[in-house]
Amino acid sequence: MLAYIVRRLFAVVVMLLVVTLVTLSIFFLIPKMTGSDPAAMFVGKQADPASIEGIRQKLGLDEPILVQFWHFVSGIFVGRDYTGGGDTIHCAMPCFGYSFRTEQDVWSMLVDAFPVTLSMVIGAAVLWLVLGVSTGVISALKRGTIIDRAAMITALAGVSLPIFFTAMLAMLVFRTQLQWVDASYTPITESFTGWFGGLLLPWVTLAFLYAAMYARLTRATMLEVLGEDYIRTARAKGLPEPVVLGKHAMRSTMTPILTIFGMDLGALVGGAILTETAFSLHGLGGLAIKGVSERDLPLILAVTLITAACVVVANLVVDLLYAVIDPRVRLA
Amino acid sequence: MTAPLHETSAGESTATVVGAPDAPGTPDNSGTPDASAKAIQGRSPWQIAWTRLKRDKLALAGAFVVVFLILVAILAPVIVGLLGHPPDEFHEDQIDPLFGTPIGSWGGISSDFLLGVEPVNGRDVFSRIVYGARISLLVAFLAAVFAVVLGTVLGIIAGYFGGWIDAALSRVMDVMLAFPQLLFTIALVSVLPNELLGLDGSGVRIAALVLVIGFFGWPYVGRIVRGQTLSLRNREYVEAAQSLGAGRFYILRRELLPNLIAPIMVYATLMIPTNILTEAALSFLGAGVKPPTASWGQMLSTAITTYEADPIFMVIPGFAIFITVLAFNLFGDGVRDALDPKGSR
Repeated sequence: MLAYIVRRLFAVVVMLLVVTLVTLSIFFLIPKMTGSDPAAMFVGKQADPASIEGIRQKLGLDEPILVQFWHFVSGIFVGRDYTGGGDTIHCAMPCFGYSFRTEQDVWSMLVDAFPVTLSMVIGAAVLWLVLGVSTGVISALKRGTIIDRAAMITALAGVSLPIFFTAMLAMLVFRTQLQWVDASYTPITESFTGWFGGLLLPWVTLAFLYAAMYARLTRATMLEVLGEDYIRTARAKGLPEPVVLGKHAMRSTMTPILTIFGMDLGALVGGAILTETAFSLHGLGGLAIKGVSERDLPLILAVTLITAACVVVANLVVDLLYAVIDPRVRLA
Repeated sequence: MTAPLHETSAGESTATVVGAPDAPGTPDNSGTPDASAKAIQGRSPWQIAWTRLKRDKLALAGAFVVVFLILVAILAPVIVGLLGHPPDEFHEDQIDPLFGTPIGSWGGISSDFLLGVEPVNGRDVFSRIVYGARISLLVAFLAAVFAVVLGTVLGIIAGYFGGWIDAALSRVMDVMLAFPQLLFTIALVSVLPNELLGLDGSGVRIAALVLVIGFFGWPYVGRIVRGQTLSLRNREYVEAAQSLGAGRFYILRRELLPNLIAPIMVYATLMIPTNILTEAALSFLGAGVKPPTASWGQMLSTAITTYEADPIFMVIPGFAIFITVLAFNLFGDGVRDALDPKGSR
């Protein structure tokens, strides 16, 4: 078990390094290949040559890609000084870069954005897990009835709706027309009701999409499980139906769902870009969009890395949990 | 955010293997509907699937809408010529100069402008929806083809040859599945120049969308194909072919590939709606095609600033995406159920 964890952690680190390197390359190699100057891109349109040169020196854009990569990675652990154009900017550990656009330490921007995304995702996750799984189970048990068909058609519609459209519809109906909820996000430390009201629509919108996916998945898995021999055995030996379903069937049904739940959670915490854009929430996803629209390389690099890290770590946790939940899984 | 969608359909479609182990080679496709008229007749898995699909009303409705949308996309210039205005023609006379919203009620819907006009510049929404179908379907189809071809080839190689090739390819797939696709794509598109490889403007962006969406899609196909190949390569008929002296590539092409077609087909159909959503999402985030070229996602991103004053302009492209994706999903689910050897529904 320990050897397995160590090996997986090693794989995680390698993967994150690959992601960092590829992101750096996008911003370094593509402009070079197509003949534009990356330094000029990061300064903006009305930049004077001196400040472009300053950025170039500070970011080390003339250095080979691997040297830049090394500077970035070592900065995370020991901090980093940006020198060039006559001044020095110190970026303390953990240094995920320094945004020249906003003149801010990227790490502090990440720290500000994280609670927003986390509150949004956790609230929605609770909703969609309860709603999606229970709908899926009921649908599977009532297979072929009107309840099943209605639930599955709703779920199919749910997965066919683009989330940013659902978000705008929800805002139009509940915020603009009915005025049931408030507009903006408030930190939970300031006001619980403000926090709750501000996040209610994002929660419901996000949960609707994911509940639809989970309902479909739960139904399909449950039906497959109910057809297995051990369920027949359990019934044949006279176990009451609630025990057969609750204990025997639910356990195998939940394993694949938990796997996907972990991965979804990781992916969303790392940046629910669409939902945050539609609701103008300033979480990690919002930060990513800001980074791209302002061509803020250090910001994009950091957010991409954090997002990938969330996904990979979630995968790892799920794999480890899997071994605990499902005794058939043996870690080699 | 589309990844879990893949995940779901991947999980659902692993059960779908149309086994025709006793009839390797090209499946008998002569069984058109009228051929099954005789009393007792051996039916190929494809005929069974076709009979099932014909009975599935929802899938047929989906297929009907899909065909209709494809026709709309192909005939866009004709349709717009008959019923609309050129898609990038401004009609500022339809716009209230003070608020920038359409003068007419319901987003300016009239007999002249069937779906109203765009806020601020007054472009014909109907024409832009019709032309937007082209972008949506084109990108989704091409990206699906790209992903399916790449995923099938690499999946078969991984599954059939095994060993270090399999290990390496599986690692690559794992890495790709953990990449933040949306973020990556918008970062990539934001550094793309306006001209590349002889393409310009929308051409570059359409090509970039197809490549990126397809490139991030292949690991999902690859995983499924690899799994199927692993389970098929030790079947008796493969051994039989080997003992008759068939080469590796003969076996791949003539024995394995025909039996992989069903799961691949199911996955390809279900990949198209996902791709449509991804294209819309990227255009919504400003990383898709640029105006004046019309796309549904981009219309929604324009609408986000105006929807409170002019909700119709937001609802119409949203519904266009919804209907299209729903139709493909209904059809895809139908194909999956029809090809599922265990399923009687």
